[in-house]
Parts: sequence; C-alpha cells; structure tokens
Amino acid sequence: MRLASLPGVRMKIGLFIPCYIDAFYPNAGIATLELLEKLGQDVDYPMNQTCCGQPMANSGCNKDAAAAEALFVKNFAKYDVIVMPSGSCTHHVRDNFDAIEQTDEVRHVRENTFELVEFLHDVLKVEDFPWAEFPHKVGLHNSCGTLRALRTASMSELGEPFFSKPMDLLNKVRGISFATPKRPDECCGFGGTFSVTEEAVSAKMGADKVRDHHQAGAEYIVSADTSCMMHQQGCAERAGVPIRFIHIAEILNGARE
Amino acid sequence: MKVKPVNHAKAAEAFIEDTAHMDFHDERLWDLRQKRDEQMHLLPEWQDLRARASAIKEHTLANLPEYLEQFETNAKKNGIHVHWAADGAEHNRIVGEILEKHGAKSLIKSKSMVTEECCMREYLEPRGVVVTETDLGERIQQLDNQMPSHIVVPAVHKLIPDVAKIFAEHYHTDPNDNSAQSLAWQQRLAARPVILSADAGMTGGNFVVAETGSFVVCTNEGNADLSATVPGLHIATIGIERLVPRMADMGVFIRMLSRSALGSPITQYTTHFRGPQKGSEMHVVLVDNGRSHRLGMEDFWTSLKCIRCGACMNTCPVYRRSGGLSYGAVYSGPIGAIIDPTFNERKYSTLPFASTMNGSCTNVCPVKINIHEQLYKWRRVLAEHHELPFVKREVMHMAGKIMGQPTLYRAAINSTEAALSTMPRFVLYNWLNPWGKHRELPHPVKQTFHSWYKQNRLKTKKKEGEGA
Ligand code: SF4
Repeated sequence: MRLASLPGVRMKIGLFIPCYIDAFYPNAGIATLELLEKLGQDVDYPMNQTCCGQPMANSGCNKDAAAAEALFVKNFAKYDVIVMPSGSCTHHVRDNFDAIEQTDEVRHVRENTFELVEFLHDVLKVEDFPWAEFPHKVGLHNSCGTLRALRTASMSELGEPFFSKPMDLLNKVRGISFATPKRPDECCGFGGTFSVTEEAVSAKMGADKVRDHHQAGAEYIVSADTSCMMHQQGCAERAGVPIRFIHIAEILNGARE
Repeated sequence: MKVKPVNHAKAAEAFIEDTAHMDFHDERLWDLRQKRDEQMHLLPEWQDLRARASAIKEHTLANLPEYLEQFETNAKKNGIHVHWAADGAEHNRIVGEILEKHGAKSLIKSKSMVTEECCMREYLEPRGVVVTETDLGERIQQLDNQMPSHIVVPAVHKLIPDVAKIFAEHYHTDPNDNSAQSLAWQQRLAARPVILSADAGMTGGNFVVAETGSFVVCTNEGNADLSATVPGLHIATIGIERLVPRMADMGVFIRMLSRSALGSPITQYTTHFRGPQKGSEMHVVLVDNGRSHRLGMEDFWTSLKCIRCGACMNTCPVYRRSGGLSYGAVYSGPIGAIIDPTFNERKYSTLPFASTMNGSCTNVCPVKINIHEQLYKWRRVLAEHHELPFVKREVMHMAGKIMGQPTLYRAAINSTEAALSTMPRFVLYNWLNPWGKHRELPHPVKQTFHSWYKQNRLKTKKKEGEGA
C-alpha cells in the first residue's frame, strides 16, 4: 500500500542522497532537502545511509548488492515515504531490489520510494514554485531510468501523446525556456560501469548528447539524474562544448545563476 | 580449448576512431529509426498490432511441436520436401546431400542469417560448391570476407568508396567510381550470368505458415525470387521459430516488418512459396540449432519471438556507435546480445554488458521482446556462471562490502572528499583510469552533502530537541 496516496496523511520523509551527489554534487542534495522543506515537508536524512545496491546489481553481481539493500531497508523502513533525487536509484529500489528476502518491511520500502520529480508531480501535486525564477534556455535531459522505467515522460518510440512531468514542473518556473534537441530521448551513454568498461562508446555518446543540446541553443542541461550529468559534463569539458549543468531540484528551489 | 570472450569495447573504440564511417553509420541508422517512427504515427493501431504480433508468437512458441508437425504435413501435401536439422552441422550435411544428388556445383542464395549461423559457406566451398550471395549488401560483405554487420542492411558500416574499392578488386571496375547507381549496376552485371547459370538457389524464410504449409520471403531487391525460381532447385533454410499458425496472421506481421525495419510500408517483394514449379524441386530445411534449448529458458525464451526486423539495432545508441562487427557474432546489436550467449556463454559473455540498458530497443520491438530486461537478467546469469572478468567481480564484491557498512562507506567517500581528484574509488576502483580518456573528471567540492547536513541540520535539530 502506498501511504503517499492517502490524502491528509502527514508523511515522514526519508531522504536518500546517492553517492555521486554526496561526493560531487552536494548542491543538488541540499536543493532537494531545502525544496521539500519549503513545501512544508518533514524530512530526515538518515546519517548511516550508503547506497541502494544498484552498481552491484547492474553488473550482474546481485549477491554483492544484498548488504547494501539490507542496510537501505534498515535506514528507511521507518519512513512513510523515501524520496531521492535520482531516477536510476529509484528504478533499482522499485523494480530490481531483490537480493534480499522480500519481507513486509522490504515491500514497504520498495512501494514507497519516489524519485523527486514524480514525488513533486504525482504525490505533492505542487502547483507553484513562487520563489523560482530561471531566465535561461535549458535543454531537458531525461535519464533512461526516469524516462523508460519510471515513465516520467512520453517516449518517442511508442508514439504516445506528449507528456513530461519534469517539464510540467519547470514550466512553473518564471522566465525559463526550452531548447529542443534533435534526439531528445537518446541515451547519453553513462550507464553506470558501462561508462568505464565501454569507455569509448560511452564518451562518444556523451559528446554527441551535449553537442545536440548545444546546437539546439541550450545554455544549460537540466536533469533529475546527477550521474548522467556528471558524465555529460566530463564529455562537454573535454570536447570544449560551452554548456552548463544544473539539477532540476536546484532550479525548482530557486537557484539563480 | 579456452574460448576468449569477444572484446566489444576494443573493437568499438577502433570503429569510433574512424569518424567519417562512424558518423555516417550513426546517421544512416538513426534515419531508419526516424522513418520507422513516421510509419508508426501513420498507423493509430500500432500498439495493438505489437500486442497481437507478440501474442501470436507466444502462442505459437508455446505450441511449437504441434504447429511444426502441421506445417510438415501441409508442406508435403504441397510437394515440398521437409528436412529437420538439429544443428548447423546437420543442416550443412542435408544441404550438401541435396546439392550432390542434383550434381549442383553453383548455389546462388539470398540473405539468410541461419546459414551464417551454420557456417554453411565454409562447409560447402571446400566441397566444390561455389556459393554466391545475390543480395547487394550481403554480396559486398562476401567479397570483403566479412560477416554481415546488420541483419537487414548487411554492409551499412561501409561507405560508397569502400564498395568501389572492393568491386574494383573483384570486378575490375573503376576504384574511383563514387556513384551508388553505377556500382549497383556493376553488381547487376556481375550477378546476372551467375544467377542464370546457377544449379541451385537458396533463400531464407521470414515466416512459415502452418495452416497452408507455405512460407513467405520478404526482400527489396527481388534477388530471393530469382534465387528461388531460376535454377529449378530451391532450398529454403529456416529457423523453427519462424512459424505462425494461420495465413491471416500475415496481415499482422507483414504490416509491421518493413515499417519497423526500414520505415517503408511493405517490402518491394513479399513472396508466398506454396510449392515447387513444374519440373523443379523445393526443399525446406527447418533448423533448430539451439532454439529448443532457448525455448526452455524461463527468462529468455521470448527472444524467439524475434522477426529479425533490425529495429532494435537501428535505435540502439551503442550499436550505432560501435558497428555490428564489433559484436563478433552472427547476430549483433540488442537482439544479438541476448541470443548470442545461448550459442556460447563464455565467448559472448561481454555482449550483455555492451549496453546501457536504456530500453529503447524494447520500445521499438514489433513483437514486444523485453530486450533490455533480458540484458539485465543475462548479467546475473553470467555472474552466477562466473563469466565476469576477474577485476569486475572483485570490484563489485568489494564495493558490495563497503556499501553494506556505513563506516567503511564514509571513509571511502571522505577520502574522495580529501583527495577529490578521482571518482569515488569504491565504485570504480582501479579501472577508473578509462574515465578520463575522453572525459574530464568531476570537480572537487568543499563539502559532501553528508557533512553539510551534519553541520546545518543535525545541529539545529539537536538544539530544537534540547529546547523542547
Ligand atoms: S528483437 Fe524485436 S526489434 Fe530486434 S530484430 Fe527482433 S523483432 Fe526486430
């Protein structure tokens, strides 16, 4: 049962901050926390958190994901909902988190884990970000996890009517405009350990991705996934493509640059 | 003998270094994907068709023995000779015997991936049979002594000057002839006499219809029809999974095949073969070669639904940038990565990792194969069967340990925080060197989120707690 779908229940939120954000993009984590607080939420960050288990599981080493998954449940089972500014981690917890026994606690955690955009859009149904203004042209990058697993936007391959939860939220930000790349939902090539084991293909995909956004006139690439952006930023800097990167939480939280 | 896993990453790197070829390859296949999208938008019932196609295939596969027998009975009634081949060797032997019986020394064939699977050319040629590919792309690949790099457009990784060079070498044409038309004409001139004098013709089969005992071949060049009808001896080599129960099912598949493959409403030629012409012979060789084994694999049997349209390859951002030959297998791209390991687990153990699992392949697949989920499952199977490189296994094992213990994790993150010049070492460990080859490392930050939280929230929370 998803507690978050019950109206009027005051939720206790556990905040999960993935390692990339913790170590390299703390501002995205801070913005997520501040934004949820601004929206009147009761948010807690369990200090003993580590990882959701995804890197091991995606490499096929599912058994090696068990300890991380068990710890994740230990840290987060006491919350009504778990929110994280990462689509791929959410996808792992929701869809693939099976290295450990599926107890009631585990099921509770899996059913009540949300990626930030879907939480704001579907659960809190936020109408307005009065503090947010971002007078820039941005290119939106939906990670494959958010797009094709969490389905936060329509997918070009299916020919379904257009929708985009991240764009719905960003449209509530004053002054923002969007650039339309030629291949909006092509994967950027991060892919976790793929970025290292298939380094050449990964970097080529990343360079193509940032060029596509740049040529469409984007000043910034905005995304709900920091891992994709870490990769893309590395590719853009090496290729000399002048484009900046910002997490969607930062814009929604009122970042000015 | 110890088989070495295919080094996809290395081959892909070489492919990428040749920018002109790679960019063309990427654009050409992306264009096919775009055309496929246009066709999809023209058919409001596209998603229904996919669901139907998938259901028909699943039903057929679930009842495969019955439908195969039904086909055999009906095909025999139509005067077709039906043969069963358990594997590639048996297939080659059967074909060899048919040819021998007819004293056939020259075989023209249209594209068939199954014969590639069986390494038929390598079997027949030492036995004195000259095999000539009649599909333009496949012929280019044959002359260049390469496998097809794509199941629908076999030479898509080549540019016109490459073809001009190959033709110059074999047909003595102008090596600087850069006109596609004139090169195609040269191929026509070279192929016609071979076709007209061939002793036997071979085709594949896109669909086999149980109810009518017939089979359907879809091509754009008409070369299959020539191969089948000119010599008077037609052998069709077909995988047992190509079956559909009824002729009416063709209404679903024919509408999807070329739209998915090339973004054209239908192939130029869709030929239904129902039996031999007067005075000629028709043979169908039904090939298993691992298919019934795959049918028994709980997580992977639905890969047998594949109608070989190539849409998953065209949409795959990894395939487009690495080229089909980098997979080192008969089947490349996403579909290759999930079926190749069933042929040889060790050799193709790297292929399920040659993917970001982005899922675009699954979305375009006309028969709804959950390709990216099968890639994920293959990774697990391969890890369980110890087919992962030692370093990766060790790193993941260590990472798993660190991630399970907050203090170890914090120490790892903090050493990153202190050095802040490398990736989190617990994630990438010592294969992190490749990160920086074509990419910059992330920038150092002053403070991790964890320590920021401690400073800015925990303290106030504590104070509030004390105050209350
Ligand atoms: S897996 Fe699907 S998309 Fe790929 S070739 Fe087969 S039918 Fe086509």
